[in-house]
Amino acid sequence: MGALRYLLSRLLQGLALVLAVVVLNFILVHAAPGDPVETIAGASGGMSEELQAELRKQYGLDKPLPVQLGIYLGRVVTGDLGYSYFFNLPVSNLIAERVPATLLLVLTSVLAAFLIGTTLGVLSARRPNGWLSQMINVMSLVGFAAPVFWMGMLLIILLASVFPIFPVSGMRAIESSGKGWGDVLDVLHHLILPALTLGLVYLAQYSRLSRAAMLDVLGADYIRTARAKGLSDRAVLYKHALRNAVLPVITVLGLQFGNVLAGAIVVETVFNWPGLGRLAFESVLRRDYPTILGVLLFSAVVVVVMNQLTDLCYRLIDPRIKSS
Amino acid sequence: MKEIDQVQGPWREAMHMFMRNRSAIAGIVMLGLVLLVAIAGPWVLGADPFEIRAAPLTPPLSEDAFLGTDYLGRDVLTTLVYGGRATLLVGAIAALLSVTIGITLGAFAGYYGGRVDAILMRITEFFQVLPALLFAMVVVTLFSPSLVTITLAIGVVSWTGTARLTRAEFMKYRNLDFVRAQRSIGASHARIIWRVILPNALPPLIVSATLAIGAAILFEAGLSFLGLGDPNQMSWGLMIGSSRQYIFSCWWAVAFPGTAIFITVLAVSLIGDGLNDALNPKLRER
Repeated sequence: MGALRYLLSRLLQGLALVLAVVVLNFILVHAAPGDPVETIAGASGGMSEELQAELRKQYGLDKPLPVQLGIYLGRVVTGDLGYSYFFNLPVSNLIAERVPATLLLVLTSVLAAFLIGTTLGVLSARRPNGWLSQMINVMSLVGFAAPVFWMGMLLIILLASVFPIFPVSGMRAIESSGKGWGDVLDVLHHLILPALTLGLVYLAQYSRLSRAAMLDVLGADYIRTARAKGLSDRAVLYKHALRNAVLPVITVLGLQFGNVLAGAIVVETVFNWPGLGRLAFESVLRRDYPTILGVLLFSAVVVVVMNQLTDLCYRLIDPRIKSS
Repeated sequence: MKEIDQVQGPWREAMHMFMRNRSAIAGIVMLGLVLLVAIAGPWVLGADPFEIRAAPLTPPLSEDAFLGTDYLGRDVLTTLVYGGRATLLVGAIAALLSVTIGITLGAFAGYYGGRVDAILMRITEFFQVLPALLFAMVVVTLFSPSLVTITLAIGVVSWTGTARLTRAEFMKYRNLDFVRAQRSIGASHARIIWRVILPNALPPLIVSATLAIGAAILFEAGLSFLGLGDPNQMSWGLMIGSSRQYIFSCWWAVAFPGTAIFITVLAVSLIGDGLNDALNPKLRER
């Protein structure tokens, strides 16, 4: 019963956050210079005053602000995020079009970074002052200090120009048929460099974090007990310690999802990867307000959902946490 | 009196530990050099960073341009030296702004607790949910890119971590005896917050503030790279962003400013790590 109530209150909190983001978005839409009608008028090359007034009435722009907010909320709930006059498409269609590419990039790099990072962290924890530990220290310093776009561009220069192993940009070759196994290989070939760039940042974080957590756990009493009862090093490390050391990594992974999106904006821009981040960049460049605000709203909702899922996962993995 | 003098205070002890930390000293030296070049460099070079100085795409180590020129023929060394000013200035002020907001809100939330805490934490959660870079992009686009809007945008989106940290520290201290003693002699809330608890909570906050400078520099570079830098102010990110399309014909126009950002942020985080070891010995990472 307590768990159910907790879930419900978390859900309400999430909804409240989303609502707040929608309201902020509404305020920003209105802070943006020019109203949508002026934008249409500009795009269609002149429009009579009467027609503009007519359109304003149609869009509800002549009503008081609270009423407009109500209309906006109603639209957002039905998935209508406005219309991009630059791309000439509804914003929701644009976002839906771009999500798969971002998902592919983000999931590949985060998953790879998580697996490799925790492995490195665990291995290095066996020797707190060994070479692997030193390497993780250096890596986490470099990973924090190096601008993501700079790393991406250096990788392009090195692995796409000096040694032309990987394509420079895009998601598919121009001559691609877009079908069958050839297409899968083509996309994977294009995926490697951007995923490597984005992944390196998180690899640095996750290996450092899991190493610290592992060292923390290895000092605990129950590990001493496990060793004392004669368990092998391997069993202690992987069965007893790892399970507990992975928790903080998962928390950070979930809570930092907003950062992952930020990384995706930069990496997608560097590699011309046709995802959501690239869309954000393009719409900022064109001052395409409906699109950029749509992307902001969508990302914020994704972050709220991810936070809630992390919380839930955390509860499933760690039975010690009871609803408080 | 003499004996008392010989007992080291905690700050002095931390200072000693910091000075013995080799990588932290390396960070100080690196940052000092970067600052020296950024402050004195433009004065020595005395040239306009936007001026066309030599043939476009001149490679480094040429006679006219030591670090080469970009696709417009602007001298990379000059732009690098001038660009450092804007980047460092925005980084420092944005970090200051973010830390000030974070400490103020965190201190109120942690000290007063209850309803104040609940409201402030909801606000913090709200800002944590907003994807920082994207939100900053929106703000800068709406109010047109200038050093002021960029600094404000970075400050406004990046204070949540400091706020949470400060809140935790204040919650730890607010019911301890020395704070209660102050309350019992009638000290005002403001006095207890700023003069009694804050000095005790400072060590972890100093570390977090140092790291915030590095993060703000990276943030500014990212925004400039995405075309949201102040077009009238040369900065490292702007250099990289504007030469982005020409990396195959002049890699140097991208590689050098990137290296400058890397060195600066590395220096700041080495100092931050050193401060962490010196100020928070209990939390030190093994």
